[in-house]
Amino acid sequence: MICSPRALTTVTLLLALLAFPSAQVSAQTNVHAAKPTTEFRTLADTRTAWPTREKFLRVVTLRDYTTRWVLLGTVVLGTCAGMVGTFMLLRKRALVGDVVGHASLPGIAIAFIVMEAMNPGSGKWLPGLLVGAFTSGVAGILCTVAIRRYTRIKEDATLAIVLSIFFGVGIALFTIIQNIPSGNQAGLNNFIYGAAYAIVDTDVYVITGAATAALVLCVCLFKEFSILCFDEGYATTQGWPVTALDIAMMLLVVVVTVIGLQSVGLILVVALLIIPAAAARFWTDKLFQMTCISATLGGFSSGTGVLASALFPSLPAGAVIVVFGGFVFLLSMFFGPRRGVIRRAYVQWRLRGRVGRHHVMRAFYEFIELAVETETITPEDLTNHEISFQQLLAMRSWSPVRLKRQLFIATLKRLVERLPSSHYRLTEKGAEYAYHVVRNHRLWEMYLIQYADIAPTHVDRDADEIEHILDPELIQELNMRLSQEYPQMEMPPSPHLLDRAAVASN
Amino acid sequence: MLTNTPSGTASEADKPAEVSQIDNANVEPVVEHPSSSPLSIHDMTVAYHRTPVIWDIDYNAPRGKLVAIVGPNGAGKTTLIKAVLGLVPKASGRVQIFGAPYKKQRRRVGYVPQRESVDWDFPINALEVVMMGLYREIGWCKPVFLFPKYRAAALEALRRVGMADYARRQISQLSGGQQQRVFLARALVQDADLYLMDEPFAGVDAATERAIVDILRDLRTSGKTALVVHHDLQTVPEYFDHVMLLNMRLVATGPTETTFTTENLRKTYGGKLALLDQVGHIMTMPPGEK
Repeated sequence: MICSPRALTTVTLLLALLAFPSAQVSAQTNVHAAKPTTEFRTLADTRTAWPTREKFLRVVTLRDYTTRWVLLGTVVLGTCAGMVGTFMLLRKRALVGDVVGHASLPGIAIAFIVMEAMNPGSGKWLPGLLVGAFTSGVAGILCTVAIRRYTRIKEDATLAIVLSIFFGVGIALFTIIQNIPSGNQAGLNNFIYGAAYAIVDTDVYVITGAATAALVLCVCLFKEFSILCFDEGYATTQGWPVTALDIAMMLLVVVVTVIGLQSVGLILVVALLIIPAAAARFWTDKLFQMTCISATLGGFSSGTGVLASALFPSLPAGAVIVVFGGFVFLLSMFFGPRRGVIRRAYVQWRLRGRVGRHHVMRAFYEFIELAVETETITPEDLTNHEISFQQLLAMRSWSPVRLKRQLFIATLKRLVERLPSSHYRLTEKGAEYAYHVVRNHRLWEMYLIQYADIAPTHVDRDADEIEHILDPELIQELNMRLSQEYPQMEMPPSPHLLDRAAVASN
Repeated sequence: MLTNTPSGTASEADKPAEVSQIDNANVEPVVEHPSSSPLSIHDMTVAYHRTPVIWDIDYNAPRGKLVAIVGPNGAGKTTLIKAVLGLVPKASGRVQIFGAPYKKQRRRVGYVPQRESVDWDFPINALEVVMMGLYREIGWCKPVFLFPKYRAAALEALRRVGMADYARRQISQLSGGQQQRVFLARALVQDADLYLMDEPFAGVDAATERAIVDILRDLRTSGKTALVVHHDLQTVPEYFDHVMLLNMRLVATGPTETTFTTENLRKTYGGKLALLDQVGHIMTMPPGEK
C-alpha cells in the first residue's frame, strides 16, 4: 500500500526535514533584524542554519581552536587512508576495510565494559577503546583468513559472514552497555556514525602519529606492495615474504580504520579507504601518481567535509566527508583524463569518425577500381574519376544521411572535393588516403583468410570490424607476407567479388 | 628410496651452490641426482584437495637444452612448474635446482607465468613490470628511481624481446603477444640459468612467436636451460631439443627425435587419435627440416 497513512507521514517528515534549513534562515534574519548580536557557534552546536558571513570567514580562516585540530586530524587521516586504500583497491580487497570497521564494534564494547569494571567512570578512555577496536578488527581479519583457508566458502560470502556476525555481537553488547547504571556510556555511539567534533587535541596526536607511521611504512614498502598487488605468485618465486607483506598491508588497513572510527564512524570508514583510490584511477595509469592523487583526494575531501560540517553544525562530519568524497569520485569518473567517461566517449567518437572516413574512402577506391578495369590503378585514375552520390550510396549499405555526413566531413578535411556538377572527386591527399585504407583492408582480409579460416565471401565484414585498430607491428608483419605473396603487385586484389551493381548505376 | 627428512634437506641447503657444483664435478657418477642438472625432481606428487594431480615424477633436466613439457589439458603441466617453484605444496618428493633446494637458488631461476595469471589493468607500464624482476636485487625499501643501471638493464631486456618502443606503454594497452613478451623480459632481466615458462606461446601473434623462439635459441646458445609448457604439438620438433611428455605421470622424456614419437604421444593423449594422425606425418620429417 503506497498511500497508507504511515507512508504519508514519512513523506511529510522528509519534506519537513528538507524545508528545515530555509525555515531557520528566515527566522534567523528576523532575529538579527531585531537584535544584532553576533553569536558564534561551536562545532558541537546542533542547530541547522545557513552560516552568517562572519561565521563563514571564521571557519574558513580557521580561527577556532577546535576547528583547527579537527581539520588537522581528519586531513591527515584522509591522506593516509587514500594511500593505503590504493593498495587495497589494487589487491582487490576493497571490502576488507568494511570488515575491519564492523568487526571493531565488539572490541569497543568489551573495552568499555572492562575499563568500567576495573575503574568506574574511566570507560571512555580513548586509547583503551582504540586498543579494543584494533584487537577485534584484527580478529575479524583472522576469521576471514581462517574461513577462506579451511573451508570452501568463497571470499565475498566470507566477508559478509564475518562482517555481520561481528557487528551483531557489537550491537548486542552495546544494548547491554546501555543498561549499565553508570551513565557514562553516552557518546559511545559516536563510534558507529562518527563525530568529528568530538575530537580533541590529544586524539589528534594519536591520529597524526599513527597516520604518519602508516604513511612512512607505505612509502618504504611501495615497491614491495606493488609487486604483491600485481603478481603475488611471481613475488613468491622471487623470495619476497608474501605472507608477511600481506599482514603488514592488513595491519595498515586496521590502523587506518581504527583511527578513522572516531571521525567518520565504523560504517563509513571504508569509504575513506576506497573512494579516493577508485577516483584516482580515473586520473592516471601510473601507480605512484595514483597513490599521490588518491592521498590528495582523500585529504581534500576529508578537509572540505569537516569545514562543511563546521558551517552546518547539525550535519555529521563523517557523512559529509563521504558525500564530498562521492562528489570528487563523480567528477573524476566523468572528467578523469585517462579513463574518465568523457575521455572514453571522445576516444570512441574519434574512432567512429575514422571508421566512417575509411568506409567512404574505400568506396571511392573500389568504385574506381571496378570502373577502370585495368590491372593496376594509377594515382591519376583515382583523382580523375567523378562519382555521383547515388553511385557511392550503392557501394555500401549505408543510409543517405550517414553518407552525406561522411562526405561533408571528408570535404572539410580536403580528402574529397565536391564539383559543381554535384559529383564527388578524390583530391590528391584523398587518393593517397584511399590507397592506404584499401591496402590495409585487403591485408587484413588476407590475414583472416589465411590464419583465421574465414571464408572469402564473409571476410569483408569481419575485416571491417577490426581493421581500424590494426597494430603497426601487425601491419608490418602483413606487409612482409604481402610482398612474399605478390612480389610484383603493390595492391593485392580483393579476395571476394566486388559489387558491380554500383558501377552499373549512374 | 629416498625419504625427504628435514635434516637431509637442511644439510643440502647449507652448502653453497658453487661449492656443491665443484664437489660434484669430481664425484659425479656416484650421486643419484647429479647437482649439475639444472632441475632434478625426485618422486614428486602434488595433490589438490586430496586428489592427486601429478604422481611420482622423477626427472633430471639436461643442461643447456630447450625442453618442451607436453601433455593434454589437466595433465598437470602448470602444477608441475608451480610445485617446483613452491607455489603449490608438494604432497611428497624433492626438487633440486643445480644441486640445491629452490629456496637457495631463486636468483638462478627465471619464471614466466601464464599471461592470464595477473590483472593487466594494473596501473603500471611495461618497463616497470620488467623492473620487478630486479626488485630482489635492489633490495628492501629502496626506491627504484635511485638505480639508473637497473632501469637500463630492464630496457635492454625489453629490447631483446623487441618491445623497447613500448616501454612506457600502460600494460592494458599492449596486445596479448606483447604482454607475453613483457613477462618474458621480466624473466630475462634476472639473467637466470634455468627458465620455467608456462605456455608462453598461448594465443600469441606470429611476431611474438618468432621473438620468443629467437630468445629461446639465444638462451640455449649461452648454455641456459629452459623448460617450456607447450601446447602446439606441430612446432615441438622445430623449437625444442628435448621433450617431457606428461599426463599426471611422466610418460616419456628424452631428446625430441627419439621421444616425440606417435606411440609416446598416443600414450600421453589417450584416445584423441585424429589429432595424433595429424601429428604423425610431421614426425616422419627429419628434425630441423621444416
